[in-house]
Amino acid sequence: MTIADITHPSPAEPSLFVRGIRQVRKVPFSVAFGIAWLAAMVLIAFFADLLRPYGITAMDLRARLSLPGNPPHLLGTDELGRDVLSRLLQSIRVSLAIAFGATIISAVLGTTLGFAAAKFRGAVEHLVLVLADFQAALPFLVMSLAVLAFFGSSMPLLIGLMGFYGWERYARIARGLAISASAQGYAAAVVQLGATPLRVYLHHILPNVASTLIVSMTLTFPEIILMESGLSFLGLGVQPPETSLGNMVGFGRDYLTRAPWIMLAPAIVIMVTTLSISLVGDWLRDKLDPTLR
Amino acid sequence: MLRFFLIRILRALVTILAVLTFAFVVLRMSGDPAQVMLGPDVPQESVDAFRHAWGLDQPLWIQYISYLKAIFTGDFGVSMRDKASALQLVIDRIPATLELTIPALLLKLVIGIPAGVYAALHRQSAVDRGVILAAIFGFTIPSFVMGLLLVLIFSIILGLLPSGGQDTWQHAILPILTMSIGGIGILARFSRSAMIEVMGQPYIRTASAKGMNWADVVWRHALPNAAVPIVTIVGFMVGSLIAGAVVVESIFSWPGIGRLLVVSVSNRDLAVVQCILLVIAAAMVVSNLIVDLMYGWLDPRLRSHSAH
Amino acid sequence: MAGPILQAKDLVRTYEVRQGMFGRPSPVRAVDGISLTIMPGETLGIVGESGSGKSTLGRMLLGIDPAQAGEIAFDGQAMPKLGTPQWRALRAKMQLVYQDPLAALDRRLTISAQIAEPLAIHGLVPLEHRQTRVAELMSAVGLRPDQADRYPHELSGGQRQRAVIARALASRPKLLVCDEPVSALDVSIQAQVVNMLRDLQEENHIAMVFISHDLKVVRNIADRVAVMYLGRIVEEASSDVIFQSPLHPYTRALVSSVPVPGRPLKGRTILQGEPPNPANRPSGCAFHPRCPMATDICRTTAPPLRAISADRTAACHLVADSAEPVAA
Repeated sequence: MTIADITHPSPAEPSLFVRGIRQVRKVPFSVAFGIAWLAAMVLIAFFADLLRPYGITAMDLRARLSLPGNPPHLLGTDELGRDVLSRLLQSIRVSLAIAFGATIISAVLGTTLGFAAAKFRGAVEHLVLVLADFQAALPFLVMSLAVLAFFGSSMPLLIGLMGFYGWERYARIARGLAISASAQGYAAAVVQLGATPLRVYLHHILPNVASTLIVSMTLTFPEIILMESGLSFLGLGVQPPETSLGNMVGFGRDYLTRAPWIMLAPAIVIMVTTLSISLVGDWLRDKLDPTLR
Repeated sequence: MLRFFLIRILRALVTILAVLTFAFVVLRMSGDPAQVMLGPDVPQESVDAFRHAWGLDQPLWIQYISYLKAIFTGDFGVSMRDKASALQLVIDRIPATLELTIPALLLKLVIGIPAGVYAALHRQSAVDRGVILAAIFGFTIPSFVMGLLLVLIFSIILGLLPSGGQDTWQHAILPILTMSIGGIGILARFSRSAMIEVMGQPYIRTASAKGMNWADVVWRHALPNAAVPIVTIVGFMVGSLIAGAVVVESIFSWPGIGRLLVVSVSNRDLAVVQCILLVIAAAMVVSNLIVDLMYGWLDPRLRSHSAH
Repeated sequence: MAGPILQAKDLVRTYEVRQGMFGRPSPVRAVDGISLTIMPGETLGIVGESGSGKSTLGRMLLGIDPAQAGEIAFDGQAMPKLGTPQWRALRAKMQLVYQDPLAALDRRLTISAQIAEPLAIHGLVPLEHRQTRVAELMSAVGLRPDQADRYPHELSGGQRQRAVIARALASRPKLLVCDEPVSALDVSIQAQVVNMLRDLQEENHIAMVFISHDLKVVRNIADRVAVMYLGRIVEEASSDVIFQSPLHPYTRALVSSVPVPGRPLKGRTILQGEPPNPANRPSGCAFHPRCPMATDICRTTAPPLRAISADRTAACHLVADSAEPVAA
């Protein structure tokens, strides 16, 4: 039970608020930057419609491939005279929405399978293991390519498919923690009190492993952003006229010589966002879960 | 020990079968290849003839059985587009992919591991900071952005290197760099933490406390023990290398299996996609097996653990 | 007088144990044909060294470890299968107190929430009265009201064990199995907790099985004592009798190992060696390799558990040869 001993941060003390303020003062600059950037990204994702100056398909044919920095088009325009800034804002919304939905799906799916493997053992456990082996044997990008190309790409399918990314990590963590909790200790004690398995898993084991799972989510989230961008870059993810960060880079590639800003703007957003998540995630991990460093 | 490897090999075979089944289910059930290949306007007779010729009019489970039978006799089918053997098409492309992936992997190992070990032994030095920074970039820059940035800098701005094709050795430089730069940082970071972890162990302190030569401590005690986590991460890298090849070959128009996969997927060329899926899965399964074997060789403790 | 609250007959529990890396799995009989009867309100002490199977027996009596052979009846009804709704419902009637209270408590919940849990699980007390009931339970086990919102790690070992006991009593069980409840506590706290357990048990008329390796503790609390050696009961009698005149050589050794003030150490029977490996059970009487009085028959034939007098049994060739074996 040493793992459990360490994974659980002390529950709130009465002086939570005071401690919270003290914590904020200790946040390093890079983490503060990451938090600020991510907050901006989330705001953009929610209010993209209000923030963007033009529609994402609105063409300004007199100002095609115009340079960034001029007042009507701050980040320039693309080959059809579409405003890069507007498309960028919309892309952030789409990419974040996909990554967020997929991270939730993956966490729920993986945790459920992991708990099921821990509860039923035997055949269920072997099936989960075979599925995890399968996932490990095909690079996710290759598997997604096959599925998307043959079913055609649509937003629900894309989110669903990305929801398979990294489920085996949650499954492994959830299974391991659930087994160690059920073998001895609090979970066995609650079973002995007469609780149903559902109560044991949702009311006791899940809250106890949640911090570890949340830490895993901060690892999966940027990877899903990169995966979706990669697929969209290859033309198999988000389909036009809708746009996403990877999709913008893919189209910008054709104008690399004449208009590199089309590609650079979304590329920088991808990099800074994943960077911010890793910075904040690392910091959170140190705070929440010293065993995962 | 033997039992452990038999189980691992059995699991590897089950995995391959799962990949085969996945390929079959996804590729057969997602739509009618006849319509795709022939277009919407062909007469019904030609569609029927096509379906009959490819066995598409059989019940699905018969298609599955004959599909498995064909695979096990080495017959991976014929490319619907080129009418050439799918296996042959894929095999022809493998060398081009290896030309990129093997140098990229070697670069990662030769630069990444020593840099990480050096950084661990010289904390707070320039190399240490460099490793941490490189790892951050390795994690956050996707390979397609890295590739395009390299093209922008070296081909477009500096005009030093070609941006696509496979004509000379210079053509391979940018793709190999794209595939390895991020990985070098990641591998260095992992080697660094593995090494730091091992150096903090009591047996290292004992060894240096009893007056053992520092170089001997590092070579005989620290490195062999740090090797296990490093091998694990190298094992994972084989998968990302293949995924990277898909993207990088597309950026640099490099005629390897990654590009063949993207093209075949767009053409819905069933036989070729299946064949590539299987080749990739087999490569991954074999590399995972090698990693497991390496564990046994590197860490005697795992041998006894594995027996249970 | 009412019937027994718990009756166990010929319980057997075998584990597969692998010796070394390539060893064949060999069966270890942790509990080897044990029969017990516990009357309502009575306290039965179970004493044995580590590895004697006493904890396994405790779990089997509660139906947590299923018996591979034998029967358990609770209040005249056969024990339902582990994990069934009937089994779960029966938990309200029988509870377990653990050796390590910190491991038995969920560290994410306050102790009042955990004491209330059996009430919620079994729907026993209406929501609006739950706080009152929890407060009652806490004061019954000697916890202060201001400790209600504490988390397990904020309490001392003794306080945690009090919380575990309060949780076990919440559903008003008829049987309480205490598995080494005080062995993880400071000696100064042990007596307090044992006395409290005894008071609560008498007040609420709960039957109790008190498992311990510590004879002093058992002597304080048990009405009747069963001594276990390698999965079998070797002697069972009322507490006073067994401590006054132990019959089995093993019991004698255990009793004389308890230091008594004012009595010299001379003449004490000192146990030789470690308890034998359960996977490699000696032939005949399992105790013979350590027995100072072993004879030839002890090496070849296992002695059955026999009635020596009313309410007293022992399994030893050297004790009361003439007595009839207890009906199995």
